[in-house]
Amino acid sequence: MGYKLKQKLAPVIFIGPFLIVFAIFMLYPILYSIVLSLGKYRAGNIVFVGLKNYQYLLTEGLFYKSLLNTFIILIIQVPCMTVLALIFGCLLNSAIVKGKGLFRMFTFMPVLIDAVSYSVVFSLLFSENGGFVNNILNVFGISSQNWFSSGPLAISVIMIALTWRWTGYNSVIMLSGLQNISNDLYEAASIDGANTFVKFWKITIPQLKPVLLFSIFNSINGTLQLFTEPNLLTSGGPANSTMTAVLYLYKVGFKQFNFGIASAGSYILAILIAVLTFIQLHVTKED
Amino acid sequence: MTKKQSQVIIYIILTIVSVVAVFPFIWTIISATHTNTQIFNPSYAMIPQSSFVGNLLDLQASMPIWNNLFNSIFITVTFTALTLFLDSMAGYGFAKYKFKGRNVLFFACLITMMIPSQVTMVPLFIQVTKMNWVNTSWAVIMPGLAAMFGVFLMRQSFEQFPNDLIESSRIDGAGEIRIFFQVVAPAMKPAFASLGILTFVQQWGNYMWPLIVLNSEKSYTLPLAIAMLVSPGAVINYGAVMVGAVIAFLPVLIFFLLFQKNFIQGMLSGAVKG
Repeated sequence: MGYKLKQKLAPVIFIGPFLIVFAIFMLYPILYSIVLSLGKYRAGNIVFVGLKNYQYLLTEGLFYKSLLNTFIILIIQVPCMTVLALIFGCLLNSAIVKGKGLFRMFTFMPVLIDAVSYSVVFSLLFSENGGFVNNILNVFGISSQNWFSSGPLAISVIMIALTWRWTGYNSVIMLSGLQNISNDLYEAASIDGANTFVKFWKITIPQLKPVLLFSIFNSINGTLQLFTEPNLLTSGGPANSTMTAVLYLYKVGFKQFNFGIASAGSYILAILIAVLTFIQLHVTKED
Repeated sequence: MTKKQSQVIIYIILTIVSVVAVFPFIWTIISATHTNTQIFNPSYAMIPQSSFVGNLLDLQASMPIWNNLFNSIFITVTFTALTLFLDSMAGYGFAKYKFKGRNVLFFACLITMMIPSQVTMVPLFIQVTKMNWVNTSWAVIMPGLAAMFGVFLMRQSFEQFPNDLIESSRIDGAGEIRIFFQVVAPAMKPAFASLGILTFVQQWGNYMWPLIVLNSEKSYTLPLAIAMLVSPGAVINYGAVMVGAVIAFLPVLIFFLLFQKNFIQGMLSGAVKG
């Protein structure tokens, strides 16, 4: 076999195996789900119903509620966590602290526990009868809270759990960004007489912007696909007040086996994520 | 504020953050030694008791937990190995060979990274059912291999590998495949470590897809088994559940403590996903 032929065949050999898997388990399912979203699936056959599944979802109160709940978590939890992560990232980067490696290790740990175990642990910590959090509240003279019986409290438990799990991870992302900012910038600013806060707003934030945006959009993507925490902590309750979009789609698809509607819903979610990704690319490009 | 004062404040904040981050792990380990009533009794809080073995026996009685552990290990190790194999080869192919339509093909594949996995869940479930894979590890392993992220990450790394080295190996008469496995891959160990660790941790904790395709107790992975123990309506033995959680997070935690630097690098490589 000639040298030229070998080099021409090489990409086929290298990329081919992945492409076969990709075609079977990605391309085909994506196309199939478009067909599914336009039909009713019964006993292995698809009956074409046009856009009825989409119409149904756009008039279904619970689907809207699940989207609304997802956005509530998004709008409160992501900014809170990002600010915390930024602060902790700066502290971890601070020159006057020794043992940074140790602090970084501890703050990073929560992201390593699997989503199920930590959800179960948090459901116990926040247990209404004798849970650790209520016991602590009692010590400070605050009465026990029924964390899982009220909508706002249940949604806050989910947000607290998410913040516990992801803040450290995002702090370390911020830290890696902060370490790339040249010290010369700060020294020059010091010579010009800038104080810590001026330096933070005029140097740290602008220099960190790409990393900051990464972290934010990552968190947004994750939140839009929130499933494990609401499923295990609250099962979407009480009264669907913690029902998230993906949990709703899961219940429609795999509890009621309504494949058509679940597929249509997943496309609506995909469009929302695509719009956000588009905004993200646009915002990032401006720099 | 003097330097000393701000130093003290930073230490206090970082210590509080560390304690909050680590506390649930320690609480879980200690609760695994408690009986059901002790877990909810404040006077036993954070004090180890002697019920660990009893809880473990209860766990064994209510779930085939060693099967579940084996499934988790088998699925995660196989999936990580196959991901590294397929994605590194494809990433290398995209990075180092010029062929017609290369960029179009790469970006067409890349678009799928934007599509949330929920889109393919229903069709994949139908597909896996038709293939008779329900309740087997392959139902979890195979569909995940189609993810484009690893190829993207590996392509980026391989692009930095010097072409001259590949060229000179060719002149020495080495075949394309040998060049990849004996010259390029060994030099790219950090990239393999990053993708491997990220893939391992994600698959070890994978919940939603296994929940859909595994529904017999013997086929469950560890997270699935734990989730089933606390499913609504079940009589929950919390001590046993805590032992399960410890079995699930301890291996990852130990690997993290041993290979901290690689771990953080690997987990952060997921951040370019956005």
